[in-house]
Amino acid sequence: MLQPRIIPCLLVRQRGLQKTVKFQDAKYVGDPVNAVKIFNEKRADELVLLDIDATKNGLEPDYQMIANVAAECRMPLCYGGGIRSVAQATRIFALGVEKVALSSAAIQEPMLLRSIADEVGNQSVVVVLDVRKKKLWGGHEVCTHNGTKNTGRSPGELIDLFQEHGVGEIVINSIDRDGTLAGYDLDLVESIVGKVSVPLTILGGAGSHEHIRELFSRFGLVGAAAGSLFVFKGKYKAVLISYPGSAEKQTLFQQ
Amino acid sequence: MIAVLDYGSGNVRAFLNAYERLKVPCMAARSADDVAKADRLILPGVGAFDTALRQFEDSGMRKPVEKRVLEERIPLLGVCVGMQMLANSSDEGIRSGLGWVPGVVRHLPAEASSRKLHLPHMGWNQIEVFGSNGFLDNLPNGGRFYFLHSYFFDAFEDKAVIARCQYGEVFPCAVRRNNIYAVQFHPEKSHDDGMKLLENFSNLPN
Repeated sequence: MLQPRIIPCLLVRQRGLQKTVKFQDAKYVGDPVNAVKIFNEKRADELVLLDIDATKNGLEPDYQMIANVAAECRMPLCYGGGIRSVAQATRIFALGVEKVALSSAAIQEPMLLRSIADEVGNQSVVVVLDVRKKKLWGGHEVCTHNGTKNTGRSPGELIDLFQEHGVGEIVINSIDRDGTLAGYDLDLVESIVGKVSVPLTILGGAGSHEHIRELFSRFGLVGAAAGSLFVFKGKYKAVLISYPGSAEKQTLFQQ
Repeated sequence: MIAVLDYGSGNVRAFLNAYERLKVPCMAARSADDVAKADRLILPGVGAFDTALRQFEDSGMRKPVEKRVLEERIPLLGVCVGMQMLANSSDEGIRSGLGWVPGVVRHLPAEASSRKLHLPHMGWNQIEVFGSNGFLDNLPNGGRFYFLHSYFFDAFEDKAVIARCQYGEVFPCAVRRNNIYAVQFHPEKSHDDGMKLLENFSNLPN
């Protein structure tokens, strides 16, 4: 039987591994390649690597950094950050990456998803939606550029659009829950899950294995991604990389 | 020497890394000369069926690989779209496949027992192995592999199917015909069982 995926999400800035709270107050937590080595040993299901500066600062993806991480990574790897063209995406695949993630470029130019999928297959094209709760009217809206730009569009509207354009996986990232360890925004998931016909991964807020179990128990086959949960330990947030062992993982799949 | 056919599709680097850890000599093959040096071959592949086949043709390696695999019968391992390329045809494209393992590539069903299935089939799934053939033996987790695909290899001959998997429908996930082996999942990114499979492939009789 296919099992839900549990996915460490690593944020990088200037080649260092960082962790944010609500997309701010980035804290340096170490070297990404070292982290990958530890997740290899822990047999993580997949890894997501996001460069949080690339789009915001208008930079090219850091190909050398991606190559260094990919060379070490023994599990499927998804890279996102600064990808705006088919040429960039194919160059990243050649470095040994299984999936590429787009965000602002896909919102500006949804056709780009189809163009990349034609080259590498739709199974390898991911969209990450950074979602924030609206302050006044309720509902959610999608942001880009590290949470600094509002697109004024709802996650549901963009999910429909991206599925029409051949996306292979959708990652919903809650800005409000990022780094808070307060649990996933299950209402947000509930509001979009019925629309999604490709694999869906939820990111933002996981603070315990119980939060992951709750997500699986309610929504079944979704991916559970987390940053802080897998890089910090304790209330003072000491840096310690962790990941559930295989026996513990099985308990998270129980309904 | 194992050669991974580097024709522009698939994660060649991941195979080289895996064999480096296993201390088994392995190289990327980019020419007929490279293909001639190898005593076994890996055909990786991702993306669209037609694109991968076109890239393989354009690489100039198809003919030399044909000679080594079909005439000299050295072991070949097809992976993911590299498996699908071995079929006669695919519902995904209009090109003819290599036709080295009789079969046709079909789309996975989008629902099972009226339940909607997310496609692509993405993640870790358990496989069921038929019999013992040296290739899928002694897998530490009994066959737990990473899948990432929407199409599968529907073999014409039941005896070619050496393992199957279930996602909605049960589908063949590993086939074998003589010296040709192929898997739909990604052993190069499947931790312990993947490493064991790649090791087994390197130990198959030549």
